[in-house]
Amino acid sequence: MKITLNGETKACTDGTTIEGLLDLFKIDKNRTAVELNLQIVPKKEFSNRVLKDADVLEVVTFVGGG
Amino acid sequence: MEDKKLKIGKYEFTSRLLVGTGKYPSMESMADALEASGTEVVTVAVRRIKINETTSLLDYIDTKKYVILPNTAGCYSADEAIRVARLAREVGMSDMVKLEVLADERTLLPDPIETLKATQTLVKEGFTVLVYTSDDPIIARKLEDAGATCVMPAGSPIGSGQGVLNKNNMRIILESAKVPIIIDAGVGTASDVTVAMELGCEGVLLNSGIALAKDPVRMAKAMKLACESGRLAYLSGRIPRKLYAKASSPEKDF
Repeated sequence: MKITLNGETKACTDGTTIEGLLDLFKIDKNRTAVELNLQIVPKKEFSNRVLKDADVLEVVTFVGGG
Repeated sequence: MEDKKLKIGKYEFTSRLLVGTGKYPSMESMADALEASGTEVVTVAVRRIKINETTSLLDYIDTKKYVILPNTAGCYSADEAIRVARLAREVGMSDMVKLEVLADERTLLPDPIETLKATQTLVKEGFTVLVYTSDDPIIARKLEDAGATCVMPAGSPIGSGQGVLNKNNMRIILESAKVPIIIDAGVGTASDVTVAMELGCEGVLLNSGIALAKDPVRMAKAMKLACESGRLAYLSGRIPRKLYAKASSPEKDF
């Protein structure tokens, strides 16, 4: 299936969870927040939220700013 | 010399300087500048993670030492700012937010109406809201009434380095404020920080003034001393300004 991760189309296998996706792209979940189809997903749900085809994910972190 | 701590909601700080993490020549110089500034609160921005990027800002910030203050920079409506604030809290490092809702890209001045709306919502949601605003005393008061933990008027426009342009407005804001007033934005050099602190501000938040200086680490130290100096002068009670001279040495018995 295909999902959109931070504006880019990515392929992943059926049954992939948010945690699985973050692991796949080597993203540290302790330093990120995730929005799935514009809804924030709490960290404790990362391991059981299974992605569906055409899901849109935004994964954010902290960068330099004033 | 004892001074009371800077209290922002449930947080207490000895340092009265809040320092940004943007625009340094390198991550290493940023880390050294933060150290030299003596700050205990560092601002960060919230952005999409770049896939395959190996270094992270957070590799250079000791979160046991510094409290993270995420900002909503780049937001031009209450809804956008609220979304970014919620995401920032979800990262799980801080419930503080430097709320910034801008009006346009040319001036980067805050949009007072959208800022007030966002403040009301985020206060209801339990955020510790440090709100960036203009130096307008009425808006500052309304933000305080809306439950902002800390009101942060701009000394002058973001990144302009002009210091505190309207000291009279700042005095009016300080006179009636019951929450900490921290000058945010416009600081160009050490004396700008001192002026803000001498006026009675509880602290100063700055980024470009340090990050874009030729020697950011040295400037960070200068800002630290300026902040302490201005605070001491404020607490000491300055002499009144007079039009005519008054000799310091005895005028008789010579």
